[in-house]
Amino acid sequence: MRGNFLSFVKKESLHILRDKRTMLVVMLIPVVLMILFGFAISTEVNNINVAVVVSERTDGISDAVERLAQNDYFTFKGYISEDDIDPWLRSGKVGAVVVFASDFDRRKEQAAQGIDTKPIIQLIVDASNVNTAGSATAYLQSVLLGSASQQAMFETRMLFNPQMKSAYNFVPGIMGLIFILVCAMMTSVSIVREKEVGTMEVLLVSPVRPVKIIFAKMIPYFAISCIVLVTILLLARYLLGVPMTGGVWGIFSLSLLYLMLSLALGLLVSTIATTQMAALLISAMVMMMPILMLSGMLFPIENLPKFFRVVSNIVPARWYIDAVRKMMIQGLPIVAVWRNCVILLAMTVAILGVSLKKFNDKLE
Amino acid sequence: MGAIEIDSLSKSYGNVRALDSVSFTVERGELFGLIGPDGAGKTTLFRLLTTLLNADEGSAKVDGFDIRADYLAIRSRVGYMPGRFSLYPDLTVEENLNFFAALFGVTVDESYDLIAPIYKQIEPFRKRRAGKLSGGMKQKLALSCALIHRPSVLFLDEPTTGVDAVSRSEFWDMLAGLKERGITILVSTPYMDEASRCDRIALCNEGHILGIDTPEGIVRGFDKRLYGISARNMFALLERARRVEGVEECYPFGEKHHLVASEEFDIERFKAEFSDVEDFEIVSVAPTIEDMFIKLMKR
Repeated sequence: MRGNFLSFVKKESLHILRDKRTMLVVMLIPVVLMILFGFAISTEVNNINVAVVVSERTDGISDAVERLAQNDYFTFKGYISEDDIDPWLRSGKVGAVVVFASDFDRRKEQAAQGIDTKPIIQLIVDASNVNTAGSATAYLQSVLLGSASQQAMFETRMLFNPQMKSAYNFVPGIMGLIFILVCAMMTSVSIVREKEVGTMEVLLVSPVRPVKIIFAKMIPYFAISCIVLVTILLLARYLLGVPMTGGVWGIFSLSLLYLMLSLALGLLVSTIATTQMAALLISAMVMMMPILMLSGMLFPIENLPKFFRVVSNIVPARWYIDAVRKMMIQGLPIVAVWRNCVILLAMTVAILGVSLKKFNDKLE
Repeated sequence: MGAIEIDSLSKSYGNVRALDSVSFTVERGELFGLIGPDGAGKTTLFRLLTTLLNADEGSAKVDGFDIRADYLAIRSRVGYMPGRFSLYPDLTVEENLNFFAALFGVTVDESYDLIAPIYKQIEPFRKRRAGKLSGGMKQKLALSCALIHRPSVLFLDEPTTGVDAVSRSEFWDMLAGLKERGITILVSTPYMDEASRCDRIALCNEGHILGIDTPEGIVRGFDKRLYGISARNMFALLERARRVEGVEECYPFGEKHHLVASEEFDIERFKAEFSDVEDFEIVSVAPTIEDMFIKLMKR
């Protein structure tokens, strides 16, 4: 019987290899996502266009504008009049306008000595993107006030991700998403395809238990996911420069566990769906939405309303992403995330148990 | 003991009674045909006998095994070809065959002598993807796959639907060959003309069996005189003929209308009455299975 198990694996691999387009998509999606999230989509402040409004150009103002112009994060667009503020912001020519008080130099001195506490600079910021506006404001403040004035009050040290690169944050999230996509979606679709095409009928009328066929089906998808996993880890390390100080093997082992969980989820979907389209929709909507919203990938779980915070506990990706983040960025070893491992393992066993129980070896 | 023994089997889908207390026995080595239109319950009966569905009531035995209690035993000893093409279109002819051999734990060589008469015809295309085969070749491949483990009973659900006339005829020749090897075959078809190739047939409609006999026996059961009538205007002829006294039934049948005559029917009087009709012709015809089917259905 061993021989026939291998021939099932071979048959399944042939299906995958013959479907070159799907194969290409599966291999390319992780790369595209990594590059997209790593470089293009980021919450960092970059290239904010800034204009300045002054009544007269004093030395102090020139210094401040000089600092602004030389900063990589801002592009100085020139001096404008007060009347231009609204149209420039509205048309998107600039993202922020800095208005200096008329007697800026003198009042800055006084402020430094603690005599005058009234504002001397007005920042008018386009807050249609809240994230950008927030960081731009904070950053503009520190740039404009310069090193001399208020630096003494705080000393800030950013640990683990000192440059606050958003790529670090996204890599674990992408991993949590992509494996569900590859494993759960593709296995469920391939199982449901057999039902839809009618080959399942022939498979069932045979001495082989369907469970065996299903497991043979999972093996090639597991292999593909492993390749994807290696690709992601290599890209994260060498393209995005994620430190991975916690040890690659820990991340790898945890990911293997997550892969199995995703495969089990795929099997569960295939027991519910009767058409490939349904399988696709269930995988996409029911599984991807919680990952995007409730796993801490995009929004911190702490910020969610209480109800969703509770719901997020049953989203496997939450535990996985959290653990990967700890290992990848904080540099913790796998033993430090044992709780996440146990939860993921328990989820895998539960999902597998339910889907095997639900999997019917009859047509109804 | 028959190869297939069916005892008042019933199956409903919601409110639809797909199969209503069906009973019959198929003897060993028999080529048995289920003849009936779509919706007659043929596929449901196949799925019950191949243990894919559970019956609501009644019981059945295949090769001596109960379809409910011993369903695993049945699955390893029957061959099943579902109504639609159920092979992998993206795998080649050879890969499909090898896969089904592996599924049943045999090798193609072990069964080659049995499938050879069929498989030889598609062997030149063994590297071709199954999805690119013609309808007739697909059907031969499916039959080869269904036979790969030397089943004792073969279930073929509408194997000739959607296949050209020549391939259909060839297919029935192949079935005759398999019957020679002692395999019991239960085959369904909506084509009445194929019924004569079976040892015995069951006419079925809307979940009921209307009659079971040899094809000749079925035809012999047609105890009325039957005529074929034709004229230039076939539709007007049908309408008018139906109103004549002594005409029990009149229905379109190929190029002619078939007219079932009762005791009172007088052919000379009928001819005289229709003498004014352009190109009118009436001839006595031998009843076919389809005539019998229509008669049984009307009852």
